Amino acid sequence: MPFGQGRSGGGGRGRGGDKKPGDKEKGQRRTLFRRRKVCKFCADKIDDINYKDVKLIGPFVPERGKILPRRISGTCAMHQRKLQTAIKRARQIALIPYVTD
Amino acid sequence: MASRQYELVYILPPDTTEQQVTDLHGQVEAVVSRMSGQIEKTDNWGRKKLAYEIGHNKEGVYVLEVINGSGELMKELDRRLKVLDQVIRHMIVRVDEEKKVVERTQTKRRTESERRRVKRGLPPQRQPGEGRQAGDADEAEDDRFDGVEV
Repeated sequence: MPFGQGRSGGGGRGRGGDKKPGDKEKGQRRTLFRRRKVCKFCADKIDDINYKDVKLIGPFVPERGKILPRRISGTCAMHQRKLQTAIKRARQIALIPYVTD
Repeated sequence: MASRQYELVYILPPDTTEQQVTDLHGQVEAVVSRMSGQIEKTDNWGRKKLAYEIGHNKEGVYVLEVINGSGELMKELDRRLKVLDQVIRHMIVRVDEEKKVVERTQTKRRTESERRRVKRGLPPQRQPGEGRQAGDADEAEDDRFDGVEV
């Protein structure tokens, strides 16, 4: 699991500073402590996002079955596009659900 | 015209026997060879759980075929698979163009990295034990996204 485990460890770091309204450094702190998001596919040099590779796609389809947006995952535009087609294909052959509730 | 490459995935009900699978493969093969195509690879994934029910089936037998052939061939194949009751789901995807793009980016990346390494006076290939390792301590700590955090 690439995510989830990191959140519990580092999530607390970003909090403390940006709470009080009178804090002068508010804006600066936020940017300072926000985790840098990197496209997983660029970082791992994955060129081919294949619909058959459920292990690769899985983390980008949360429980509800929706595609995880770029603003959260940090995936770059090109790879998000490829990911999107891969997910839609995988859904067609029932490797990934369309919806779950 | 250069031949195109397609991937065909079809799903059969979970109670399908080996014999039925090979029978169906024979049918597919007959159509392919009749329309001057060829099957490059056949892959039986076996029984897998479906992500959602298809016609009251919760599991299915997946078969993947990589086929070189024309568009007409795939059209015919698609039509036939639609008619067959024993196939609960099928999908045809054209793959040759994507494959080419992937190959191109990979070779580009490789030559570029070799060029840079040579320029820095290093051997063109990465040596074992060089650079960041997968198990490095800080690897998991940063850089990766981790769920909702705004």
